[in-house]
Amino acid sequence: MKIALDLKSWNTRGLIFVGVVMLALLFAGPEVFDLFVLLKVILFVSTAMLALSMGFIWGFGGILCFGQSAFFGIGGYAYAIGVINMGESTVPILLSVLVPAAFAMLLGYFMFYGRLSDIYLAVVTLAVTLIFYAFIRSTSGEEYVIGNARLMGFNGISSIPVFNWPGFPNSPLWPDDIFYVATTLLILVYFGLRILLRSHFGRVVVAIKENETRAEYLGYDVRFYKMIAFSIGAGIAGLAGCLFVSFNNFINPDVFALGLAAQIIMWVLIGGVGTLVGPMLGSLALQMLYNWLGTQTFASFLNTYLVFGAIILIFVLAVPQGLQPTARLLALRFLPFTRPPEEKARGGGDD
Amino acid sequence: MTDARPILETKGLTMRFGGVVAVDNVDFSLAEGELRCLIGPNGAGKTTFFRCLTHQYKPTSGKVIYRGDEITGSHTHQIARRGIGIKTQVPSVFDGLDVRENIWLSARRNHKDREANRVVDEILERIGLTHLAHQLVGQLAHGERQGVELGIVLTGDPELILLDEPTAGMTHEEVHRTTEMIREINRTASLIVVEHDMQFIKAIANKVTVFNQGAILVEDTMENVLKNQQVRDVYLGKREVA
Amino acid sequence: MDTVALLIIEVLNGISSLALTCAGLAIIFGMMRVINFAHGEFMMLGGYTTVVATNAGVNIWISMLILSPLVVGIIGIISERLLIRFFYGRLVDTLIATWGLSLLLIGIVTAIFGNYITGVSAPLGNFALGQYQLSIYRLVLIGLAVLLFVGIYFVFTRTRLGLIARGTMQNPDQAAVLGISPPRVYMITFGIGAALTGLAGGLLAPISQIIPTVGFTYVAQAFITVITGGTGAITGTIVASGIFGTVRQLVTYETTPIIGGVVLLIVAVVLLRLLPQGITGKIFRRSL
Ligand SMILES: Nc1ncnc2c1ncn2[C@@H]1O[C@H](COP(=O)(O)OP(=O)(O)O)[C@@H](O)[C@H]1O
Ligand SMILES: [Mg+2]
Repeated sequence: MKIALDLKSWNTRGLIFVGVVMLALLFAGPEVFDLFVLLKVILFVSTAMLALSMGFIWGFGGILCFGQSAFFGIGGYAYAIGVINMGESTVPILLSVLVPAAFAMLLGYFMFYGRLSDIYLAVVTLAVTLIFYAFIRSTSGEEYVIGNARLMGFNGISSIPVFNWPGFPNSPLWPDDIFYVATTLLILVYFGLRILLRSHFGRVVVAIKENETRAEYLGYDVRFYKMIAFSIGAGIAGLAGCLFVSFNNFINPDVFALGLAAQIIMWVLIGGVGTLVGPMLGSLALQMLYNWLGTQTFASFLNTYLVFGAIILIFVLAVPQGLQPTARLLALRFLPFTRPPEEKARGGGDD
Repeated sequence: MTDARPILETKGLTMRFGGVVAVDNVDFSLAEGELRCLIGPNGAGKTTFFRCLTHQYKPTSGKVIYRGDEITGSHTHQIARRGIGIKTQVPSVFDGLDVRENIWLSARRNHKDREANRVVDEILERIGLTHLAHQLVGQLAHGERQGVELGIVLTGDPELILLDEPTAGMTHEEVHRTTEMIREINRTASLIVVEHDMQFIKAIANKVTVFNQGAILVEDTMENVLKNQQVRDVYLGKREVA
Repeated sequence: MDTVALLIIEVLNGISSLALTCAGLAIIFGMMRVINFAHGEFMMLGGYTTVVATNAGVNIWISMLILSPLVVGIIGIISERLLIRFFYGRLVDTLIATWGLSLLLIGIVTAIFGNYITGVSAPLGNFALGQYQLSIYRLVLIGLAVLLFVGIYFVFTRTRLGLIARGTMQNPDQAAVLGISPPRVYMITFGIGAALTGLAGGLLAPISQIIPTVGFTYVAQAFITVITGGTGAITGTIVASGIFGTVRQLVTYETTPIIGGVVLLIVAVVLLRLLPQGITGKIFRRSL
């Protein structure tokens, strides 16, 4: 449809706002934060990207995948194994996107072309993640080597080289540079998804979420669209995993454990299903809460599971829409200046 | 208008749900350009028959033949691409999208972007919903949703259109408008219409197929069907009592 | 010869423990269509009940057969009242809500007992099969699994309570017209499903290691089995347990338990492509 720059519309305003915030973060980051904080922010960026991937496939594709962390982990391992073998990061970064995307395509082929129901999809993706967890944990033996890279089982792979400038294997990026790269990638992915959602493909994906049968009656092969959307989500999750691993210089099978799988769903749930900014904010909020709890003595009896479980229950019972749409509703109600001149009669669904 | 060559045929089409035989060994034939009405009491199997034609259900046995090719095993989207459009009994639309986007999704499948937008405007005009173009379809009245669905179907330029109770829930004026539209559609496409409204059927159809308990009871002109004692027993008789 | 006998016993063991794992879910998910992702945690709670009670001096049989189902049944009913009943008919929301419940239960148990492995030793000792030593309890477990399913079948086909429950699942409005209160039936049925799950957790406790997160190892397999079973939940679960239990155990015997799990998943996905409505959707149509 027409992609006119309509400054009056809520959507365009929202997009510009998001863009400005992101660019501000991009340019001001290294000036404002000290090194320690900067490294933390880089990790936030990678989890925000993971949240974005889940926000896309769940909120817009209607695919509730319980194993998005598997693609994150596969991306991370693909980067680690690649960079250790090649001594250079450019191709491994690509691998970290392509390997999980290809794996998701294969898995998606079976799930979507086999017409598995939503429930079965949730179960299968969860089971696949747990199998990766169990399998990688069992690879501590010497025989589990890919090229020069030993998988090391539950101990994980350490001393993973950080990004280098493309073509210059011996010039690694400094933290400031990594910060710029990570933030730029996040911005690109976000706006890339926005553009995708405005394209024919993206609209069909959303339409399938709305009414699969009607989409088929129109002649769209829903299996294909779902498989591709799923695969795109996996590629983004893989890139997030790559960022995460390269900044930590380390990866272990815990990326496949249930903790992360649960968190991803919470980020989206908290941020709001059907938005893209929401899940990113959700991931930020949850990790800040988590870090804060870790420093509180009164909270010593609390453990991850207890906190996460309670949060999920609170949200699913009390704030089912998620924070972002709820905040928007409250803002529209109590802060008149946030109201666009003529709000479209829409039921949410856009940032 | 009517041409002897059948556009659609079924041979021994049967659909069972557990013990219920919803469609029972149906041999049906529709000529190119024909407008056929399907009537029959509730639960007669009309909707299920449509769903078998579009492969929403996989028939238990029997064949569906479209323009001489068997399409029994084809997927729903493939059947749609061959030119069969369907308007379902409960409007099947994209509730979370606005009217324009609904129509656009249908238009964009066959047309390039620019052309698609033109087609959308044209269809909106034709179904009289231009003023509602930016309303969410989920927020429209039932009759308007029916209109949107009809618009979606027309946009795809189908050669055979299945309409399941297209006037249900419409106001008198909307029924009138829809009748006109179906007549107009029939100039370019063959149609099968499930209806209950006798006035409506009289106005549009010359041949009527009566379903009862999954099987074809009678196939004749409306006048003869009205005279048929069997039909009165199973269908019209019940309606008079009700 | 001994090896063959051993293998047969192993396979029967695999089938019976899988069937036990699924029994409660066959009712809660198979019949009620409630996606209970906390199923594994109900089993974990049953396991902890047995371990704690036995270590406190209670007879192990009383712990497994009475206390575990009782405790978990009560927890099930509380969960149903406070949480699950708000989400009936909304599959995805139920999925997320029970996922939250599952994490919360793990969190509570971790806070109380810590993240350590516990367990109880199996009663009844061993017997010799040629050169192999086998646990008598494992044989008893096979018999108990059979008894349990016979019991479930009897309750749901022959008793008033069972008929009311099945009738309500199929048509709540009609049941309400007949003076039955559907919410109560749902609550009780959910409680029974939870109690069975607790029983399974208790019975499997002596042959497994118990940690707060042990439920995760059960939940995926249980769902896959019940879904593959299809619409006739009880019969389907038995048949699917038979297939998957055999496959998993044979592959595990040849390779490792991890590969056994992988193969189970692959077989399940392939089966579901061939029989989209599950085993009972196609073959045993008129079964429960
Ligand atoms: N998905 C289904 N499962 C079981 N029975 C069905 C299903 N769909 C339709 N039926 C049964 O098939 C018969 C025909 O229904 P239907 O095609 O809707 O009739 P009509 O459209 O003529 O009113 C009814 O007895 C109905 O209960
Ligand atoms: Mg009907």
